[in-house]
Amino acid sequence: MTTLPTSTAKKLGLVIDLDTCVGCHACVISCKGWNTENYGAPLSDQDPYGENPTGTFLNRVHSYEIQPKEAPAQLIHFPKSCLHCEDAPCVTVCPTGASYKRVEDGIVLVNEQDCIGCGLCAWACPYGAREMDAEEKVMKKCTLCVDRIYNENLPEEDREPACVRTCPAGARHFGDFADPDSNVSRLTAERGGMDLMPEMGTKPVNKYLPPRPKDRDRSDDVDILAPFLEPVATETTGFLGWLDKALEAMPGSSKGGKS
Amino acid sequence: MHPAPSVILFSTLSGLGFGLLAFLGFGMPSPTGLMAFIWFSIAYALAVGGLIASTFHLGHPERALKAFKQWRSSWLSREGICAIAALLVMALYGAGAVFFDANWTLVGIVGAVLSIGTVFTTSMIYTQIKTVPRWANVTTPIMFLSICIAGGALLAGQVSVATPLLILAGVAQIAHWVFGDKALANSGTTLATATGLGARGDVRAFEPPHTGTNYLLKEFVYVIARKHALKLRVIAIVLMAVLPVLLLITHSHILAALAVLSHLTGVFAARWLFFAEAEHVVGLYYGKR
Repeated sequence: MTTLPTSTAKKLGLVIDLDTCVGCHACVISCKGWNTENYGAPLSDQDPYGENPTGTFLNRVHSYEIQPKEAPAQLIHFPKSCLHCEDAPCVTVCPTGASYKRVEDGIVLVNEQDCIGCGLCAWACPYGAREMDAEEKVMKKCTLCVDRIYNENLPEEDREPACVRTCPAGARHFGDFADPDSNVSRLTAERGGMDLMPEMGTKPVNKYLPPRPKDRDRSDDVDILAPFLEPVATETTGFLGWLDKALEAMPGSSKGGKS
Repeated sequence: MHPAPSVILFSTLSGLGFGLLAFLGFGMPSPTGLMAFIWFSIAYALAVGGLIASTFHLGHPERALKAFKQWRSSWLSREGICAIAALLVMALYGAGAVFFDANWTLVGIVGAVLSIGTVFTTSMIYTQIKTVPRWANVTTPIMFLSICIAGGALLAGQVSVATPLLILAGVAQIAHWVFGDKALANSGTTLATATGLGARGDVRAFEPPHTGTNYLLKEFVYVIARKHALKLRVIAIVLMAVLPVLLLITHSHILAALAVLSHLTGVFAARWLFFAEAEHVVGLYYGKR
């Protein structure tokens, strides 16, 4: 059913720390690995070793430069996957009911047996979270590793999304946003977790933590005591002054050169 | 957006076909016998031909029947249901005209309303897409409906109403362009809001996630050169509205046929631009807007 649930018991999602992410793309690879071998159709590649390789990914890492008004530029690595929106436009546009949001935990999933591959859900998503697999011709998206997080065949520490489990920097956190005391709710509150494109009205569940303020480079600053210092000599004196003049006078040196 | 030929063919041909069905349903003209058979064949060839073309862009066309299920939320589902309803009701009306020399007015009116309703549901598929600000405004359904009705009048040979309707359709198309050109800027969505980093300084896309292309770039980040777009707009509007209006002045059958061809070509060009010029906000993440 493609009408959205009015509320979900849990709101599972991710917090992504833009301050900590080092842009290593390990989450991209672990996501592709897990989701190729597990839930649904594999994530195919086209021409993987050729001139023009492309493929389906559920998680991609962009990099952005911020140029503040009076500080050096900053580089921000920016992982982006499905935000499991509360008001998910990708779900309501689906004509077959293949796209749905789970009532129990809020995960947005695609039932691939019902997907006709019309692509309308990908049109409706502002974040580019959905990609049509060129081989299987069905829509692929982040499942929040629904086949890991409840999987009792896995050791307990592995029951979180592959991207979170693999992140070497600890930049990704998984939890329940409906619980105000969960790790993700507390991180969001403490660090000012933000929504992407809030004006689109999608109410994303996933939150992004903004980069912490950086120390400013002060090497070019002028000290307040500088005017009281002795002026720097403009003419060379002593032995170096004599040497400079002597070398200047030698044949072959440029006329009027002052170096 | 990537201008998919199957979708452009669908919206152009079906729009014209449902426009003709609407005029037939309203009894303008109301042929019977063999003449009715010819009129309805033309209308069904256009409407059904377009619908069949639209299934070519599906990844799994064999599952297309599942698309009738979600009418409560999905405009695409509503479009499918409305199209089938219009075709069935008009088939009944057409059968009456062809085989019984009958003119079942009420059936015709219901069929006509469903035919125009189908084009409305098509337009709403695009209008609901907030991620393409150029589409997500009232000019989209007005443009689709006015072109459908003008094309229908032209093809139905209703010369006296066709001329003002063609002019109206041309104005609606131009309004869609004028409004659409400012829509992305007016939407307030920028790389700053997309990344949430705008308060910290100017944000610039520094490095894409991968060196090659991907589904998103191919589907949503199609870019057309502005100078070509302007030329195509002029060609589209001249062929769609200006030339047909001039060709209708003399009331000649051959010129009227040319007017239909010109109109169809013009609408085709305009619909190509409808997709090619549409800016999807996901392009912002790739620094492409």
